[in-house]
Amino acid sequence: MSLLHPKDDTKPWMGAYQPYDLVKEACIAVGVIALLAILLAVLFSSPDEKPSTVAQWARQLPANFVETAATELDGTSGTATYGPPYNHNGEGQHAAFIYLQKWLGVSHPINTADDYVIGPLRTVPNDPTLQAALAEYQAAPQKTQKAWGEAYATPLEEDAQAEEEGKPLPKTVSIDPHTGMVSVQATGTGPVPVMMTSLLSLARSGGLDGSLLTSKQFFQTDYTNPLLFMADGGLLDQRAEEQHLGGDEWGMMNETGSYPGQAWLWLYALWYQIEPFKNSENADILVMLVMGVLSLAFISIPFIPGVRDLPRKIPIYKLIWREHYAAPASPPPAPPRPQAVPDPRS
Amino acid sequence: MSGAHESSWTVKVREKAVAALPPEKLLPDGQPTYVASWIYMFGVASIAALVVIITSGTILALKGPAWWHYTGIGHFFNSIHMWAVELFFFAMVVHLWGKYWMAAWRGGRTRVWITGAITFLVAVPTALTGYVSQQNFDAQWISTQAKDGLNSVGVGAFFNVTNFGQMYSYHVLLLPIAVVVLVSAHVLLVRRHGVVPPIELKARLVSASAGEAQAPPTPPPATVGAGS
Repeated sequence: MSLLHPKDDTKPWMGAYQPYDLVKEACIAVGVIALLAILLAVLFSSPDEKPSTVAQWARQLPANFVETAATELDGTSGTATYGPPYNHNGEGQHAAFIYLQKWLGVSHPINTADDYVIGPLRTVPNDPTLQAALAEYQAAPQKTQKAWGEAYATPLEEDAQAEEEGKPLPKTVSIDPHTGMVSVQATGTGPVPVMMTSLLSLARSGGLDGSLLTSKQFFQTDYTNPLLFMADGGLLDQRAEEQHLGGDEWGMMNETGSYPGQAWLWLYALWYQIEPFKNSENADILVMLVMGVLSLAFISIPFIPGVRDLPRKIPIYKLIWREHYAAPASPPPAPPRPQAVPDPRS
Repeated sequence: MSGAHESSWTVKVREKAVAALPPEKLLPDGQPTYVASWIYMFGVASIAALVVIITSGTILALKGPAWWHYTGIGHFFNSIHMWAVELFFFAMVVHLWGKYWMAAWRGGRTRVWITGAITFLVAVPTALTGYVSQQNFDAQWISTQAKDGLNSVGVGAFFNVTNFGQMYSYHVLLLPIAVVVLVSAHVLLVRRHGVVPPIELKARLVSASAGEAQAPPTPPPATVGAGS
């Protein structure tokens, strides 16, 4: 007896057998489950909320859009400071000495200023004012660029915070009700307002959706750039909150509408609801490591003392095999009889 | 048998396969009398749900990832696919709990438990890649939320949930193959070792010993191998 070979007195079954049609049972099961799935599909259908676009974001939340774009430009957005696998601007999460995020490196490089703002603006034709603003911005030292971006973003952040807290809105930010364009009253912003106004126009026209997907090839299947840009902003969050999909409401295991979603992720989502994970900066890696250990334990149940013995101590098996236990016990198999010596004459 | 025949790899594989799983064990026409509970239905229900998932998923794949968004029939097949996934996980979870309380790894069946447990764990990303391949708001939200957990342990470096093309490949090909291979191995191991016998009660063992002279054991039918 050892950890890998625990004591096991289970003997092969030498008792009675009953007729059984495996193939018939399998066919009936497929039929029943197919009918059940069809019935559920007819009764409840399945959710299909249309995806958000950058254009919708720019039209519905223009101030949030330009605020986010300004943080992408000055390098302070969530994606800009994320670290691996998108950039080197952060170390990512860690648990004690384990820096898996950092160790695996940058595999999908994103420069938020170039990819989300400057690159798309370069595609706008026939706009000398914009081209001059871009030239001025790119010719300036990095410190100046950052100062311009922050000077532009600060009133927008104050405006968003006041709105969130239900306080009177500062008069530094205004939205034209007819054009939907955003004006920010701030000094020391350099060419950033011109750039942001052009980016907002591009986004509202739908042009930015295409620009964010454009890379070296014609066919596109990678939506990392637009998704991360939108995730930095407020539209996805707003829609998720309306559908009760926030992380503090068991997050991604849910889906839109009243559907079961990925209920099997309940244990994974549970950790995010409790301390010390709930408010930890390294919650993701801590939860993933806990789930990794638990998954390994789940696979290894036959080898874990205590866990493997529990089924004998809590006799649910008596319920499962109640018909077997109710029947008269079969005697143990008789020891094998010595074989007769063959008759050499036969 | 000639020497060349004996050295044939094909013959060796065949002989080993038949020795491990003779036809009467692979497709039995009898089963032990203790297999008499509704809990036994959930294993076959999981496999049946997997068949429905693969069938509906194949129809969705044949028409392409956008078809179900703009046709009623496409949406209907997507609904069947989604509910079959829900049924699959429900049946599999009940099956796993049932097997846990039976301590079904007994009698040399540890590999049966391990393949079943790994199947469940591989089914989770198989479903996740489906959710992030939906091309709707759920896919946007789930992918942007899921990326943080995967990135935090470095998995995001090679498994990018915001890359639709990569996720679709994983969902319609790579992970389903893994699930089908694992389920096949699991079922073959169950057939090889037989359904785990009941945890025998001491009182029954004593009474059985006392009654040995009166009641000899019923031999299994010729077409059925006893669980090993």
